[in-house]
Amino acid sequence: MSIQFERTLQPKSGGWVENWRDRVRAGDLGLLPVILALIVIWVIFESVNGNFLSGRNLSNLTLQITEIGMLGIGETFILLLGEIDLSIAAVSGVAAAVLVLLSNAGINPWICIIAAILTGVIIGGFQGIWVTMIGVPAFIVTLAGSLGYQGILLAFLGSTGTVPIFSHTLLGIAASYIPAWAGWIVALIAVVLYTASLILVQRGRRARNLSFLSLRSIALRCAVVVVVAAVVVGVLNSYRGFPVAGLILLAFVVLFSFVTQSTVFGRHIYAVGGNKEAARRAGINIRKIRIAIFTLSGAMGAIGGIIGASRLGSASPASGGGDLLLDSIAAAVIGGTSLFGGRGSIWNALAGAFVIGSVENGMDLLSAPSSTKYIVEGGILLIAVTIDTITRNRRRTAGR
Amino acid sequence: MTDVQVPEDQPVTAGDGTAPLLSVRAIRKRFGAVQALQGVSLDVHPGEVVALVGDNGAGKSTTIKMISGVETPDDGEIFFEGQPVHLTSPAVAERLGIQTVYQDLALCDNLDIVSNLFLGRELHRTLIPGLPKLMRKSEMEKRAIPVLKELGINLPPLSTLVASLSGGQRQTVAVARAVLWGSKLVMLDEPTAALGVTQTKAVLELIERLAGNGVAVLMISHNMTDVFQVADRIVVLRLGRTVANFVKCETSLDQVVAAITGSAEEVAIQE
Repeated sequence: MSIQFERTLQPKSGGWVENWRDRVRAGDLGLLPVILALIVIWVIFESVNGNFLSGRNLSNLTLQITEIGMLGIGETFILLLGEIDLSIAAVSGVAAAVLVLLSNAGINPWICIIAAILTGVIIGGFQGIWVTMIGVPAFIVTLAGSLGYQGILLAFLGSTGTVPIFSHTLLGIAASYIPAWAGWIVALIAVVLYTASLILVQRGRRARNLSFLSLRSIALRCAVVVVVAAVVVGVLNSYRGFPVAGLILLAFVVLFSFVTQSTVFGRHIYAVGGNKEAARRAGINIRKIRIAIFTLSGAMGAIGGIIGASRLGSASPASGGGDLLLDSIAAAVIGGTSLFGGRGSIWNALAGAFVIGSVENGMDLLSAPSSTKYIVEGGILLIAVTIDTITRNRRRTAGR
Repeated sequence: MTDVQVPEDQPVTAGDGTAPLLSVRAIRKRFGAVQALQGVSLDVHPGEVVALVGDNGAGKSTTIKMISGVETPDDGEIFFEGQPVHLTSPAVAERLGIQTVYQDLALCDNLDIVSNLFLGRELHRTLIPGLPKLMRKSEMEKRAIPVLKELGINLPPLSTLVASLSGGQRQTVAVARAVLWGSKLVMLDEPTAALGVTQTKAVLELIERLAGNGVAVLMISHNMTDVFQVADRIVVLRLGRTVANFVKCETSLDQVVAAITGSAEEVAIQE
């Protein structure tokens, strides 16, 4: 006799529809809500100002969100662990200062970039060690850090205040575009990579007698990717081409999406964020993972800072200030990454960054005052966190 | 009552004459001023379900912790497969084939069933040394299925999140996780606490099937109905001491309860 539970299905994987329904029921909404939100925001702004969806504006939007996107990726990793990093924007400011000051001292721009990233790595590693080894809550360590790094930024820049960038290489990061034909090659590579990995996985499943996607289903998914890639490249090519900074962001999203979803390290990040005690008992080295993630977050902050400095053409006492920190946390949370750990993905951060970026960009087009911008952004963040909290409560009920 | 004499040196054999898989001999443990264990002895044979019962504070959980390597005894010996062993860490116990299913289950709600089954032991392939290793997701799923089938476990699709499972299903995943690693001894801490009637039945059947497959099972329980349903032998602890060792079919509920509470003047020791 076999043990019968209320739902007795063969121990095989179900169809993706059931799978998705299950995940929604368990409070894991995936990318759908944020994509819907993005469509609504775009339709609203387009109906008010016909320039919103123009190639030129969408190209600008892509450039505008690269910095938030990089920081959002770092913050997503931290949130997956159930921690928070309030220093990531300040780190980006310090990295920007390091970059600009070294560059202006006549050092090779590539070395400047490496030095700036190393600055982020060192700060992030320091915070990770402090949080993990001494046990001070990340909230306090990174809040105190944030203040300290702003002080370091001011000390670096000294009385000069804003320091402009002269290196063309550094300025080019945020100001160059790849030619139209190269854009199409990027689209082609994306489609081929996606299709190949999908087919490879499904063949492996079939060879092991596990459930696998039908050819039609694979074709459908690939068709969606083809359309999305074509539209994105087509739109960006209608202005100046794919921005290099946007391409760098996309590369990071793909890389880290792979790391979180397909590697042992990624799996362990989710395990620690989901149930620290279970992860510990399963023999996972929690300390190592936490320190690694805080270090990664520092590095992503620095990379965001480099792109930000390149876009502004300078480092200033305001670098990494303003609403950058809240925007990057908002990007992660609006994308659907939970503040409570263990749920979310890197793609969500990209989608969340687009939501935040679109609202800012759209209101700039409407020349709305800062007051309105802040209120609207605050409202969106509050709604996103509320949805996260409600779904978490539902998950608890479902999990009983 | 008088102190129970527990054989301390000679290996103890069960009624059918097989050697015990696990043999705990007179272990003692002191936590500061508290003498938690002062002479616990018990045997578990392959394919046997032994219930460890006793009142709160009798030392059941501490005993389990000694065997799972979470704590080390101050005195006494533990034999596994006839050899004296020093279980200095959970990893040592696991390497020997001792798995513990904890009361709070230690599952990750945000991961699916396969991920939980392989948690911390993901099958992987090294792409570039020093960089994160690629998980072999399909292979993990493939390897899990026969183990679940052998135990007659029917779970929802293995890609279902553990968060959406019922209490009994979660317990099943936790037990399956222990079995998947080829464990010889599975220890269960209150496996049916917080479960409904149907789910309790399912988990007890799983325990029986586990023993039927030759795995030794040591189970802590407060629920005498459960104990009498699945256990082959019942070991009673009181105040950190083994006070009785009953063969289930030769004892009664009253006798066991009397041993637990200490109300009986003399307690039968049956080997």
